[in-house]
Amino acid sequence: MAEPVLALIGINKAFGALKVTDCVSLAVQPGELHALIGPNGAGKTTLVHQISGVLRPDAGQIMFKGRDITELASEKRAQAGLARTFQITSTIPSLSVLENVALGVQARAAHPLALLRNAAEDAALNEPAWAAIAAVGLTERAHVLAGRLSHGEKRALEIAMALTLEPSVILLDEPLAGVGREEGERLIALLNSLKGRYAMLLVEHDMEAVFALADTVSVLVYGRVIASGDPASVRADPAVREAYLGEEG
Amino acid sequence: MTVEASTQAAPPRPAAPARHRPVFVIALFLALAAVPLAVTLGLPAHWLTLVTRAMIFAIAALSLDLILGVGGLVSFGHAAFIGIGAYATGIMITEGQTEALIILPVLLAACAVFAAVTGAVSLRTRGVAFIMITLAFGQMAYFLAQALSAYGGDDGLTLYEQSTLAGFEPFANRTTFFYVVLAVLAFCHVLVRALVASRFGRVLRAARENATRVTMTGFDVGRVRLVAYVISGMIAGLSGFLLANQTEFVSPAFISWQRSGELIFMVVLGGVGSLHGAILGALAFLIAEDVLSGLTEHWKVIFGPMIVLFVLFTRGGLVGLLGRLTGRRDG
Ligand SMILES: Nc1ncnc2c1ncn2[C@@H]1O[C@H](COP(=O)(O)OP(=O)(O)O)[C@@H](O)[C@H]1O
Ligand SMILES: [Mg+2]
Repeated sequence: MAEPVLALIGINKAFGALKVTDCVSLAVQPGELHALIGPNGAGKTTLVHQISGVLRPDAGQIMFKGRDITELASEKRAQAGLARTFQITSTIPSLSVLENVALGVQARAAHPLALLRNAAEDAALNEPAWAAIAAVGLTERAHVLAGRLSHGEKRALEIAMALTLEPSVILLDEPLAGVGREEGERLIALLNSLKGRYAMLLVEHDMEAVFALADTVSVLVYGRVIASGDPASVRADPAVREAYLGEEG
Repeated sequence: MTVEASTQAAPPRPAAPARHRPVFVIALFLALAAVPLAVTLGLPAHWLTLVTRAMIFAIAALSLDLILGVGGLVSFGHAAFIGIGAYATGIMITEGQTEALIILPVLLAACAVFAAVTGAVSLRTRGVAFIMITLAFGQMAYFLAQALSAYGGDDGLTLYEQSTLAGFEPFANRTTFFYVVLAVLAFCHVLVRALVASRFGRVLRAARENATRVTMTGFDVGRVRLVAYVISGMIAGLSGFLLANQTEFVSPAFISWQRSGELIFMVVLGGVGSLHGAILGALAFLIAEDVLSGLTEHWKVIFGPMIVLFVLFTRGGLVGLLGRLTGRRDG
């Protein structure tokens, strides 16, 4: 296999006595959709926080595109092409969809913090933003304030913001959580359309979606990866059935 | 499964909502420009001085609104920058240097350094901790001014000369002074508006609402806030320069925490984050103070509750009130 674009090597994290990440090693290959599943409280979000730099691991190493980013600040990780979405949607409510997405374009532009030039009418920012908005199907909603979007639309917006970073890896923390059936189907179609073009680490609760989308599935229980492999073999794994799938039905 | 998002042609782009013209702002500046004329037509003469002073504070309030309203950082030490500006002016004039082209660069540099150093420390915190640390730095500047015994110490420093500008005396005539201050206020307003609408300003605004998202998008939020803090401090320093020239006197009271609190009041009174709200708030504050203190010596007893009630009952301050009265969203 090729060099993984993202690799976790023996990551540990504890909150007091609670071991939330227990020697997790995991690799995401270029273009791969790697799903991370596990019951509530398994430590999935905490792991995404460590990869994106919100939290520092107690031990272990995070390699991104062959570079050790374990100690790198969050914004530097984003600049390097590591994008993420949040389990609780995270946008800028009082900015329009277009401005939210243009903010991401701006981060990669030549003068990301230019002091006086008007940003709202800047075609260099808006054109790529329109493209990302079209890719997630929000064109008609481009001038709506992000705070007024439906839950599913906010999820799509977050994905558009991630796309503007020209990411090498997108971390998606439960992008289907709390979304209705119809919007959920649209989001699954969106993820499917991105598949192959971007490497993704998809944390998800919706089993049907995971097994339909993923190239690789890893199962996290009590902070430990108890199984990892292609969807069919993970589904058949007795440990997984007992620890997780069994109780879910 | 469909691959609709990437393969189908995107629907046509909707038209951007129409933008309001800044009618309030233009009306406000026209009204200000007419004050000297109104004085010749019978408005009491001291209004020229009063409105000049109010506009000087409007510059400081505007600069505070950049970090408080736009950036979401409640600084309780903003008077320190007025003080640094005023003291730099007073000290240099006392030492025989009246030329504004020399005073201003020195004063702006002093404000920038003070802002960079205190900002680097205080911006590590948020919320109440930020308020307390900026208050502490403000008090530090206050006690430093008190300790300047060579320049009046506790009693303050009387200036026997005003600044000159390239040899001219723009502050000698009260009407000229008025228009100089009006021009500086207009310039600062245009400048801050441009800053807020720029890429830099967008990041600053976005970080107020969701700093985590902005960080995860690849911006160093701390650095952006520090730059805003420095720019804000420099503009406030400029108002200190004008204040020293108007009062021809500089004292530690310029830096008191009460003064910092009044600046916050002005911004809240006018409407947080709208910029022209801060200007309106400063004008209203100083004019109301002047009118009430002429009516009774117990004016503070009326003024305090009046402001509290006003802020409680008008969402968005004066600007919000004006907007609702005229059915417009913004100025
Ligand atoms: N900041 C924190 N301090 C203490 N405990 C935490 C913190 N964040 C998460 N936890 C705990 O860590 C465990 C894993 O949480 P999380 O990563 O959110 O799980 P998941 O995303 O898999 O549902 C939970 O038991 C949670 O209560
Ligand atoms: Mg979670």
